Amino acid sequence: MTTATASHDNHDDHGHHGPAKGIMRWVLTTNHKDIGTMYLWFSLTMLFIGGTMALIIRSELFQPGMQLIEPEFFNQMTTMHGLIMVFGAIMPAFVGLANWMVPLMIGAPDMALPRMNNWSFWILPFAFGMLLFTLFTEAGAPNFGWTFYAPLSTTYAPSSVTYFIFGVHMMGISSIMGAINIIVTILNLRAPGMTLMKMPLFVWTWFITAYLLVAVMPVLAGVVTMMLMDIHYGTAFFDAAGGGDPVLFQHVFWFFGHPEVYIMILPAFGIVSQIIPTFARKPLFGYASMVYATSSIAFLSFIVWAHHMFTVGLPLQTELFFMYATMLIAIPTGVKVFNWVSTMFRGSMTFETPMLFALAFVVLFTIGGFSGLMLSIAPADFQYHDTYFVVAHFHYVLVPGALFGIIAGVYYWLPKWTGHYINENLGKFHFWMSFIGVNVTFFPMHFIGLAGMPRRIPDYALQFADFNAIATVGAFIFGFSQLIFLFVLIKTIRGGEKATDQVWEGAEGLEWTIPSPAPYHTFAEPPHVK
Amino acid sequence: MATSNYYVPESSYFPIVSSIGLFGMAAGAGGMMNHMSSGGQGFGFPHLVFTAGTLLLAFVFFQWFAKVITESRGGMYSPQMDKSFRWGMSWFIFSEVMFFVAFFGVLLYVRQWAGPWLDGQGDKGSSHMLWPDFDYSWPMFNNPGGADYPGPNAVIDPWHIPLLNTVLLMTSSVTLTIAHHALRAMHRGRTIFWLGATVVLGAIFVYYQILEYIEAYTELGLTLDSGIYGSTFFMLTGFHGLHVTIGAFILFIMWIRICKGHFTPEQHFGFEAAAWYWHFVDMVWVGLFLFVYIL
Repeated sequence: MTTATASHDNHDDHGHHGPAKGIMRWVLTTNHKDIGTMYLWFSLTMLFIGGTMALIIRSELFQPGMQLIEPEFFNQMTTMHGLIMVFGAIMPAFVGLANWMVPLMIGAPDMALPRMNNWSFWILPFAFGMLLFTLFTEAGAPNFGWTFYAPLSTTYAPSSVTYFIFGVHMMGISSIMGAINIIVTILNLRAPGMTLMKMPLFVWTWFITAYLLVAVMPVLAGVVTMMLMDIHYGTAFFDAAGGGDPVLFQHVFWFFGHPEVYIMILPAFGIVSQIIPTFARKPLFGYASMVYATSSIAFLSFIVWAHHMFTVGLPLQTELFFMYATMLIAIPTGVKVFNWVSTMFRGSMTFETPMLFALAFVVLFTIGGFSGLMLSIAPADFQYHDTYFVVAHFHYVLVPGALFGIIAGVYYWLPKWTGHYINENLGKFHFWMSFIGVNVTFFPMHFIGLAGMPRRIPDYALQFADFNAIATVGAFIFGFSQLIFLFVLIKTIRGGEKATDQVWEGAEGLEWTIPSPAPYHTFAEPPHVK
Repeated sequence: MATSNYYVPESSYFPIVSSIGLFGMAAGAGGMMNHMSSGGQGFGFPHLVFTAGTLLLAFVFFQWFAKVITESRGGMYSPQMDKSFRWGMSWFIFSEVMFFVAFFGVLLYVRQWAGPWLDGQGDKGSSHMLWPDFDYSWPMFNNPGGADYPGPNAVIDPWHIPLLNTVLLMTSSVTLTIAHHALRAMHRGRTIFWLGATVVLGAIFVYYQILEYIEAYTELGLTLDSGIYGSTFFMLTGFHGLHVTIGAFILFIMWIRICKGHFTPEQHFGFEAAAWYWHFVDMVWVGLFLFVYIL
């Protein structure tokens, strides 16, 4: 797509020096690569913490009846698992990838506002430290589900909700600053000749994602502020006795929440759109349509929020509007899947680890998309709502969707970051264990959901026992397979076959013109893109 | 498009210390509110954490902005850097707009749907069965569950203090623009005068807003507890008032910087950013005056 005349002379940059030594290099850094690395390690840590919570949930659900933990603790686990995975694992991982790759892909010397960049990161460990700390307090952690519906999260909430609210404020500040930084970098720091319609799709999808973040994180801040006021200062936003409305909470929350869903998937679309052309050795099919499709999805994300609330008691016209608007999303999403498949059509395909994850993404995300289409049908949703069918749906788009996208991206760019190829056998082992684990975990949930098993309940009726047992086995396979991932990461950082500058035979773009590993400072002199 | 001298700062302690300060503020505020709601009195440990965090953040921000000003005046910023600041500030203001959109949206929802439904009108009028005696009107003088939420006796008359405040803020926008023109024409004295006038107008606005709140609390029975009218009224006007205060403070800093001769007719983005912010706050007020006070 883009060719560049960048060269290897970036490492003899004048006036700049390499990284400082010791821990303070990381704490005080303004370097986009260091910050990207910190984001990625942070999100991996959160993945393991949130994953442990998921395994606690699955252990309790292995058999019917109360087995291991108290129901109150079960509620805390479902809540914290959701919050940590959404805000601590998936989102920071994408920001980490953006930090690393956006400047390299557009030929920028760094992010536009480097000090603010580091601040965006360092807020997060404090925010999540505060959130996790509530687990060890007497009142216990938040227990109202990651969607924190009022009045569960206001009138009936444990006192830790206050810390939860301030934690969300901190994450919001971090996200908004991170998103502004990405927007400004893309708008202002592109190399000469890198026009908007020449940008790699990962850059495009992050550009659009960043807009979504700037638009909806303040709404999240607004809704938690209203909760805070209802809890501590006697306002009546979500209390009908004072003229407010608990349903209003859901409207404001999902006005944030639905774009948030796309915040967690659009960058994965971008990653897959980078990987598939590389390993199919063909340019991406329908580049422009990909850009327009992503923009359409982003636009539609603002007018579909009430499909999360079909059973709450909405007027009929509202149900119909949100049903049809939701179905519209299938069109741009279908364009994307069609383009990925067409890119592979008659390509010279090879199946290295990143490609395997990208392919699994296309197939499994599409399954999640189809179950989403089923859920969009309002009358049918009355059956599915709050069942394991919904759990199956959003885990299919978030685990083999967003998370596989992230893992694919990490494997794809790891040789550029570390200078070493991964051990392909280990990578493929990780892939197949993850692929099997994820399907064994989540596919049976479709069946028990359609049969009526409600979500977020620690016990269930006997007829759901077999599928639950299978799902728990799958969850442990999937969870422990991620230790292979950790092992591969550490092994690749420490050594391995030396990577070439281009890394992958079919790879194109500015990031493949610089040495592997990427020098500490790159593109101090902007390359010229033809 | 990129030029070769984009300034990438050295490593810096600002971000990490700011994070610690912000953490102190957040954890301290959480502790303070829980302390208050569980009936606690006086100055406790959370208050200490909050105060320390706030002071730390204020201190680091002072250092941070001072450093940016030094770097800027030292000529380290290219025109491209200037553009980064412009884009950054624009999208920050956009995020602020979205914050207010959430609260205006709540007002719209309550008045258009939730309120009438509780009165038995419309598609979801069945919620009337909760409080069969409830009659909807706006302003809501009687709340459905009257015991918990005593309604206000009266609400603020838009044609006294709010109208005066509208005039004050509109005028301040004009004075600010005059100051900007004076700055570009190299009239420092005139800039100082008109910018000073803007800050004073902002301060008078906040003063009247406080008077209005005192009147609401002491005479009208309009409080945070008086149901959804009080909730939306105080949250919308309160967050706006907070933004006026912040905006006036930023303009005051700009006033000091102009007195020190920091700006040139060509390079004064600090001033412009403050002005953008001020105009944004002004526009929010127009929305408030219309939808909170008049309609």
